Amino acid sequence: MTAPLGKDLLGLEHLSAEQILRILDTAEPFKEVSERAIKKTPALRGKTIVNLFFEASTRTRISFEFAEKRLSADTVNIASQGSAVQKGENLVDTARNLEAMRIDMVVMRHQSSGAAKFLADRIQSNVINAGDGKHEHPTQGLLDLLTLRDKFGKLDGLKVCICGDILHSRVFRSNLWGLQKLGAQVGVCGPRSLLPVGIDELGVTVFRRIEDAIQWADALNILRLQLERMNAGFIPSLREYYRVFGVTEERLAQAPKDLVILHPGPMNRGVEIDSRVADGPHSVILPQVTNGVAVRMAVLYLLAGGRPDLAEAAKGGDA
Amino acid sequence: MKPLVIRGGRLIDPSTSHDAVADLVIINGKVDGIGRNLGTPDGAQVIEAKGLVVTPGLIDVHVHLREPGQEDRETIATGAMAAAAGGFTGICAMPNTDPPIDNQASVGFVVKQGETARAARVYPIGAITLGQQGDQLAEFGELVGAGAVAVSDDGLPVTSGHMMRTALEYAQTFGIPVADHCEEPTLARGGVMHEGLVSARLGLKGIPAAAEEIMVARDIILAGLTRGHVHLCHMSTRGSVELIRRAKDTGWAVTAEACPHHFTLTHEACAGYDTNAKMNPPLREAADVEAIRGGLKDGTIDCIATDHAPHHYDAKEREFDDAPFGIVGLETALGLGIAELVQGGVLTLPELILRMSTMPAKLFHLPGGSLAKGQVADMVMFDPAARWRVEPARFLSKSRNTPFGGRELVGRVVRTLVGGRTVFKATPTA
Repeated sequence: MTAPLGKDLLGLEHLSAEQILRILDTAEPFKEVSERAIKKTPALRGKTIVNLFFEASTRTRISFEFAEKRLSADTVNIASQGSAVQKGENLVDTARNLEAMRIDMVVMRHQSSGAAKFLADRIQSNVINAGDGKHEHPTQGLLDLLTLRDKFGKLDGLKVCICGDILHSRVFRSNLWGLQKLGAQVGVCGPRSLLPVGIDELGVTVFRRIEDAIQWADALNILRLQLERMNAGFIPSLREYYRVFGVTEERLAQAPKDLVILHPGPMNRGVEIDSRVADGPHSVILPQVTNGVAVRMAVLYLLAGGRPDLAEAAKGGDA
Repeated sequence: MKPLVIRGGRLIDPSTSHDAVADLVIINGKVDGIGRNLGTPDGAQVIEAKGLVVTPGLIDVHVHLREPGQEDRETIATGAMAAAAGGFTGICAMPNTDPPIDNQASVGFVVKQGETARAARVYPIGAITLGQQGDQLAEFGELVGAGAVAVSDDGLPVTSGHMMRTALEYAQTFGIPVADHCEEPTLARGGVMHEGLVSARLGLKGIPAAAEEIMVARDIILAGLTRGHVHLCHMSTRGSVELIRRAKDTGWAVTAEACPHHFTLTHEACAGYDTNAKMNPPLREAADVEAIRGGLKDGTIDCIATDHAPHHYDAKEREFDDAPFGIVGLETALGLGIAELVQGGVLTLPELILRMSTMPAKLFHLPGGSLAKGQVADMVMFDPAARWRVEPARFLSKSRNTPFGGRELVGRVVRTLVGGRTVFKATPTA
């Protein structure tokens, strides 16, 4: 048995299309586990997983925890508040201490881009990036891909426009690579002050007006606009953002077809997305959340099978 | 001190346009003569230099020696020894220590520590403003009286246009350059690497080229207004090179330096979140590297400086956002210059020595940079063809933070002399 993903899942940029598809295909049977009365499989029995969250997170942390528990892993949650991190411990020492307790996997959310790779380079355990700064959020990208595939049947040729604060978005960066590798076309739409320099070289179509994006796209993935962006001078006000870039029923009515609406959450209703759109018939926002558990189960399962030391033992056995 | 004869080396002296095999006689720490068959003075020590290049010692107008205050990273003594090992006979210490070098007593301390080190000569640079806070001008007269050779708030820009203007005016009484770290702070704030395609991919906050160029443009305009000498530190962008090229056409006293990492590496070096590729100004794009090389060729960039910035090993063992800026440079500068610029076809070897010795001495009015008769016998002997691999663990600097570990460089320092005295001699290796 070879490791299908390698040791870690740090992002989608360095995965192949085959690897991404293998995760999505593995997620399919796991969807069913969550629909059972007894939501449990023994796949990760005896594995110890640490959920290391340096940033506040509700959805992602709980989704990972359900995925782990439904696979029968033993889990520990560490938040930066109330831990040694708050006492000034650096990430290297945190990692070394975790490793000394003989764990199997770490799921980490961290405010600095590159932190997941930093950790993965220094410990033998599998590392899953649950969001590193503005870099990547690979399981979010994967669950978005799975949700789009559920809806459209395929991703090849699909036009997906990611809307909003592209500059600060790890969701964008994971979606970008995942969509492009699977043959979808990627558009971005937002004020130029929230698009990174270099965006034009990333193979995306840039829309300055949301109306144009709506004419082009099959699906919109609408990012959360954070209040801090206004205070940092990137946009004048949330009110104006809604007026210029908000995805509303009126704007969607101008589209040549019904657009599928995604949002990674948490939503600012009435800022980047109108409530009637979020709750409307073409919204797949809740299916995204459901798929999140299945995708994370798939990633955990594949990485657990891919540990180099186990792979070595399995070669002479029942692999 | 016994007379000294350095015999049979290829003697390159850009100050006299000398480039030929010759002997060099040193008496009382000064160059006494250059030529063939000069004879050997009574009791002289003879050093064989056959197969080696002999040039004026290298001079670095931009190093951080961390003393006082951060001696875990470097001291004046270890920095001066690292310099000697890299072929430098003179280094200018930036004042952003703790506390900053902003008064005559502090300048005197740096001078004294430099003398005690008995390695490369150490020249203090004084702060432009008290505490480098940007509010009140430091006492340039007293700084210079105690031994400062220039003023700078390096590490930080002089954000106030008025303060920069005043510094450029006031410094003229003492004939010293005002060296500026060009960075428009509101554009650079929070940035950790060059703003471009790589920062977009990595999700790291970028520092746009414009943050440097806006301040370069301001300083040039103020040099025109005041007719003072502004020296622009660590130039990194093609736009800066173009601005300086135009400024030099006007005849204003605008001079500039560039660092070896900026003529060697691009922002791609940050791609694996390697914190040893994190410096300020950041590594830029290939077109910027080309422009820096062009500037060194045509003299738009007057000199090469290392911006030697030691950090304790665990300071760089951090998330990219949290790691400090800067790399050590003294022990790799000559090897990079020869490998990248000379072997890269940008400069001749004499032109490289011009940019690393003669020009920096001239800009900062320092002894050295010349082997003409009567000059101080500050010189370096190196094997221009020797290939060697950078092993940070062998650095004489206290710090190891370099992106060049494992890289093969060309040109190995064999011996460094200051005032005719050997301050560094390579241990013979296989």
